[in-house]
Amino acid sequence: MAWRLPPLAVLLLLVAAAVAPLSSAVRPVSDAHRSVAAELFAASPDDALCSLETTYEAVRTFKMLGVQRDKGLDGKACKLAAHTLSSSSSPAKDLFQAVQIAGVLGCSVDAGVYDDVASRLKAVIKDTDSLLEFYYSVGGLLSLKEQGHSVVLSDADSTFHAIKALSQSDGRWRYDTNSAESSTFAAGIALEALAGVVSLSDAEVDPSMIGVVKNDIVKLFGTIKSYDDGTFYFDEKYVDGSEYKGPITTSASVVRGVTSFANVVSGKLNIPGEKILGLAKFFLGIGLPGSAKDCFNQIESLSLLENNRIFVPLILSLPSKVLSLTSKDQLKVEVTTVFGSAAPPLRVNLVQVLGSDSKIITTDSKELQFDLDNNVHYLDITPLKIDVGKYSLVFEITLQDSEHETVYTTGGRNTESVVVTGLIKVDKAEIGISENDAGSAESVEKLDLLKDTKVSLSANHLQKLRLSFQLSTPLGRTFKPHQVFLKLKHESKVEHLFVVPGSARQFKIVLDFLGLVEKFYYLSGTYDLELSVGDASMENSFLRALGQLELDLPEAPEKAPRPPAQAVDPLAKFRPQKEIEHIFRVPEKRPLQEVSLAFTGLTLLPFIGFLIGLMRLGVNLKNFPSLPGPAAFASLFHAGIAAVLLLYVLFWVKLDLFTTLKYLSFLGVFLVFVGHRTLSHLSNTTAKQKTA
Amino acid sequence: MPKDAGDAKLLFQSLNKAYAATPTNLKIIDLYVVFAMATALVQVAYMGVVGSFPFNSFLSSVLSCIGSAVLAVCLRIQVNKDNKEFKDLPPERAFADFVLCNLVLHLVIMNFLG
Repeated sequence: MAWRLPPLAVLLLLVAAAVAPLSSAVRPVSDAHRSVAAELFAASPDDALCSLETTYEAVRTFKMLGVQRDKGLDGKACKLAAHTLSSSSSPAKDLFQAVQIAGVLGCSVDAGVYDDVASRLKAVIKDTDSLLEFYYSVGGLLSLKEQGHSVVLSDADSTFHAIKALSQSDGRWRYDTNSAESSTFAAGIALEALAGVVSLSDAEVDPSMIGVVKNDIVKLFGTIKSYDDGTFYFDEKYVDGSEYKGPITTSASVVRGVTSFANVVSGKLNIPGEKILGLAKFFLGIGLPGSAKDCFNQIESLSLLENNRIFVPLILSLPSKVLSLTSKDQLKVEVTTVFGSAAPPLRVNLVQVLGSDSKIITTDSKELQFDLDNNVHYLDITPLKIDVGKYSLVFEITLQDSEHETVYTTGGRNTESVVVTGLIKVDKAEIGISENDAGSAESVEKLDLLKDTKVSLSANHLQKLRLSFQLSTPLGRTFKPHQVFLKLKHESKVEHLFVVPGSARQFKIVLDFLGLVEKFYYLSGTYDLELSVGDASMENSFLRALGQLELDLPEAPEKAPRPPAQAVDPLAKFRPQKEIEHIFRVPEKRPLQEVSLAFTGLTLLPFIGFLIGLMRLGVNLKNFPSLPGPAAFASLFHAGIAAVLLLYVLFWVKLDLFTTLKYLSFLGVFLVFVGHRTLSHLSNTTAKQKTA
Repeated sequence: MPKDAGDAKLLFQSLNKAYAATPTNLKIIDLYVVFAMATALVQVAYMGVVGSFPFNSFLSSVLSCIGSAVLAVCLRIQVNKDNKEFKDLPPERAFADFVLCNLVLHLVIMNFLG
C-alpha cells in the first residue's frame, strides 16, 4: 500500500519525525526544590555527625536558593568553620570549605587567622603537584579575596603552567604527575583552579596559554554525551568502581570549571548554545533530587548557568500539561531562566501540532500572546479545532533583540506533549437478547448510560446478548477509548471480563452463550452486568451497573472445570507468603575419616615392602661417581627429579596448569642437560670397565 | 591329589631357582612392578569399599600405578641383556626414557587428580 501515499507526505513525515526532538518535561527551580533542599539538609539531632563538607554544601545551597536557615544552625556552622581555620593541622580541602562557609554566613573571624590561612594556602600551592591541592588552595585564596582581604598570587604563570601540565590531549585532566588515568571530573576542577589563578594573579597571565586552555575546553565539550530529547551531560569514559562519581557530579564539576573560566577571560568560548541549554535541561531534568550531594550539585550548576558569560539558557516549560476543552483552557507557556527569572523580550510561535503516531494536525505557525503580569505566553486553542487526545506541540522561540542572540540560547524548536481532554457523548446505547439463528427477533431496550440503569434480562444458552453504543468527541468524531469492558459477575462472585470491540461507527459486543458455556463453568443464575469506559483524555470516564441477567445454562458434565476458588481476602496476596523450600542436590556420601586414613596407611604398605625388598636385594650406591665433577652432576640430576616432583605436588595443591608448565619447562631443560651429562658419564664408565 | 601337590611344589622350586639367576637390576625392576600393582590393588579395594565418588581421582591414581608399572616393564625389556632386539641400546638411554616418560605421566596424573 506504500505507493498509494504521496511520496512528499511520506518525506515530510520522516523529516518531521527526525527534526522534532522528543519532548522534555522540565520546570525551572521553584519552591518545591527549596522544600526538598530543606529536607535533605535537615540537621541531624546529633550535630557532631555534621561534617564540614555537608555543612559547606548546606550553607551554599541555601544561599543560592535564597532560603533562610535557623540562626542556631548558622551559629554552629560558624563555630565549626572558625575551629577549622584556627587549627594548624587542617588540610587545604577543609580550609577551603571553612573559608567559604565563613564568607557566606558572614562569620566574624580574626583577621590574623585569615592572614595565617592565606599564607598556609600559598605554601601549599608552592609545594604541591596534585590537582586537588591546587584546586582547594586557589579556591580558598579566591574566597578570601572576595571577602575583602587583599590576596595576590605571585608567580601565577608557573602555577598556571603546573596545572595546565596535567592536561591530556582529549581535553581531560590527570590528578597529579604520577597517576596515568585522566578524568572529566578532574578537568572541571582544573578549569576552575585555572580561573582562580587568573583572578588572583597580579600580572596578566600569558594570553597564548589562555588560548590553549580555550582549545582544551572545546575538546572537552567534544566528549559530551546526550539523550534524544536535547539533554547534554558529561560522564566518565572509564568507570572505575570505587571512584565513579556519576553524571551529576561530573557534569556539575565541568559546569563550574567552564563558567568560572569564561568569567575571567576576555573573548567568547567556542561552545555551541545548544550544549549549554542541554546541560541546563539535564540538571532541571533531575527534578527533585534524592540526595544532599545531588541537590548541591544541581543547584550550584543551575545558579552558575543562570548568568554565565557563555550563553544563558532559556527554558520553555508548560505550567499545565492537561488542557480541557470543556473549561475552555488556554495553552500557557512559560519561557524563563533556569531559576525562573524573566526572560528578555521574545516571541513564541506554535509551529506544529503532531498527534499520536506523529500525524501532523496543523502546520500553520501561530504566535502566542504575551501576558506581562504573569510572565506567560498564551494561546486560545479552540480555533485550532483540536479534538481530545495526546499531542506533541512544537514551539519556536525567537528573541526580539538580535543582540541577545549572543547572550541567550533558546534551543530554537522545543517540543512538549500535552493531553487535551473533553466530555465524550455516549448515545444510541441498546441492550437486548436475541435468538441464535434468527437475526430479527430481538428484544432491545434503550439504555441511558449517563446513570446507573436496572435492566432485567433473562436468557438461556441458546441465545445471545447484544450491547451497542456510540461514543463521539466534542468535535463530533468517533472516539476510541483506551478501556471498554463489559463485566459479568455471577452471584458466587465469579467474574468474566469482555472487551467491547469498536468499529468506525459504534461499539458493539455480541455474547453468544452457546460458545461461552464452558467459560462460564456451567454456572446458571443471576449475573450482574457492568460496563466501564475510560481514557486519559475522557473527562467523564464511567463504570456503570447495567442491571441483571438471569442466565440458564445446562448442567455441568462430570469432567467440567470447576470455577476457581474466589479469594476470601483480596489483600491476601500482599501478606507474607509461604516459605519456599529449595531442593538442592544432595551431596555425595563420603566415607568416614577413619576408613580413609586406614586405607591411606594400607596404600603406603607396598612402598615399605618395596624398600624392604630393595634392602634384601642388596641395593647400594657403589656406582655413584666419586670424582667431584660427575658427582655434582649426579646429585644435581637427583635434585632435579626431586624438584619436578615437588613442583607436581605444588601443582596439585595450589598452582594452575600454565604456571606449572612454565616452571616445568625451565626445570625440564635443566634436567635434560644434567641428566645427559650424568648418564653419558655413567655409560662411559661402564664401557671403560667392559673394555678394561 | 598328593602327586599334583608335589608337582606344583617342584614347579615352584624350579621357577624360584631360575629366577635367582636373573641379574639384580632386573630384580629391582620386578620388585618395582610388584609394588606398583600392589598399590593399584589397594586402591581398587578402597573404591570397592567406599564407592567411586570422585571418579576422576580414582582413575587418576589407578592409572598412575598401572602406567608406572607399564613403563617399568618397558625399561626391563630394554635393559635386559638377553634381549636381542635392544642389543645396541645403552641402558642409560633406556633409563633416561623411563625417567622422562614417568615425569610426563605424573604431570598428567596430577592434572587429572583434581
